[in-house]
Amino acid sequence: MIRVTCYVIRENMYSQITANKRKSVFLMTIFIAIIIGLGYVYSKAMGDTTYGGVWFAIIISLGSTMISYFAGDKIALYTSGAKAITKEDNAYVYRLVENLCIASGTPVPKIYIINDPAINAFATGRKPELASVAVTTGAIEKLENEELEGVLAHELSHVKNYDIRFMTLVAVMVGAISILANIFLRSRFFFGGRRSNDREGGGQLAAIFMIVGVVLAILSPIVAELIKLAISRRREYLADASGSLLTRYPEGLAKALEKIQAENMPLRQASTATAHLFLVNPFQGKSLKSLFSTHPPIEERIKKLRTMGA
Amino acid sequence: MTPTTIVLIVVGLLVLWIIFTYNGLIRSKNQVDEATSDIDVQLKRRYDLIPNLVETVKGYMTHERETLVKLTEARTAAMAAHNNPNATMAQKEAAENMLSGTLKTLFAVTENYPELKASQNFLQLQDEISDTENKIQAARRFYNGNVRDFNTKIQVFPTNIFAGMMKFTKYEFFQASEGERQNVKVQF
Repeated sequence: MIRVTCYVIRENMYSQITANKRKSVFLMTIFIAIIIGLGYVYSKAMGDTTYGGVWFAIIISLGSTMISYFAGDKIALYTSGAKAITKEDNAYVYRLVENLCIASGTPVPKIYIINDPAINAFATGRKPELASVAVTTGAIEKLENEELEGVLAHELSHVKNYDIRFMTLVAVMVGAISILANIFLRSRFFFGGRRSNDREGGGQLAAIFMIVGVVLAILSPIVAELIKLAISRRREYLADASGSLLTRYPEGLAKALEKIQAENMPLRQASTATAHLFLVNPFQGKSLKSLFSTHPPIEERIKKLRTMGA
Repeated sequence: MTPTTIVLIVVGLLVLWIIFTYNGLIRSKNQVDEATSDIDVQLKRRYDLIPNLVETVKGYMTHERETLVKLTEARTAAMAAHNNPNATMAQKEAAENMLSGTLKTLFAVTENYPELKASQNFLQLQDEISDTENKIQAARRFYNGNVRDFNTKIQVFPTNIFAGMMKFTKYEFFQASEGERQNVKVQF
């Protein structure tokens, strides 16, 4: 019990959110630095002084991600076949969510049910006022009261920690980097030959930049993607922790995860685009390598939850 | 840089620090107060539900007059403690726990009245009340979280010096769940 108390003191509710926002700024800075660096090398290698490619990449990425930012919740709910419920439809689930919201001091989100026997849940919405939480019928039927509560607390923590907004920003950056890298690799083949004729003196320097550029263009999208996945996994641990802080019962979520692990049933309607939103990876059973997964391994999460309760 | 400039910069920084610290403390304090009123909302909901419950149950439970009287008394006592500005946190808590205890006793006794258990009205009330109990617990947890944050803020260095000067004092935590469990044991 002593460990629980220590943990609780360390993980101050508001300071954790502040820390998240701070980390977000830090990561954004890293991503922007990568983009600027890539853009610099790119323009040096191509002799393009307008940085047109960089702006193009950022604008395209921003545009596509803005759509997911403003309509992402509706898309996610629609593609997963979630149906909105009211208190009358399912007072049990509604009250669980309502009570958790009282305990966390957030507004009650819209609640959805997905007709699917697999145990899973997801949260979406760019801010707590616009959040939605969806659970599968499998979760409602197969999980005990405190297990379902743990699951819902995890989802509500995603909302409270502004994870959806944060992951959207990360997606903009990763998108910009990979578009930039793509432009670079393609345009090199189109304009590469002509340029060396144009500029005799800078030829050697341009060639060096070209080599560096190619290496960067190949590596940076992979690195960016890996950072994104690592962030996504970190947010899962964070949601596990802040969810436990809400219910004061980490064992509830741990047991729920155990049941999910034992079942090992993938969700019928899942897409890679919405995978990071779910409680556990909706594609489980397809054995993803952990480095390329949006979620940490379930055993690892259970272990962490158990140390919280010990 | 002249010594005057340095002094001015230091004083300026100090003033800024004081402003930020003070505003931060006020914000935390308001969060605690807000959490307190959240608990009040739920407590009030429970006070409002009890007369309905007594009305519904009265017709069926002819042999339990005493339990019902106790319940009404406990409600009155809890409301009195709640509205008394001089009552300490512990006193309020004791009164609320007493009320929870009598409610639990009442629901335990209803097991002997099958007709009552069949009444839709009663079942709905029972449901509402137990939900309110859960909500009271949740609101208290939120309150405790806010109190913890506020207490930490005014205790850490160097804010503690300033908080002491401004007469910011620690808030008390709720320890309801433990007390409630014991209360029930006494009742049975």
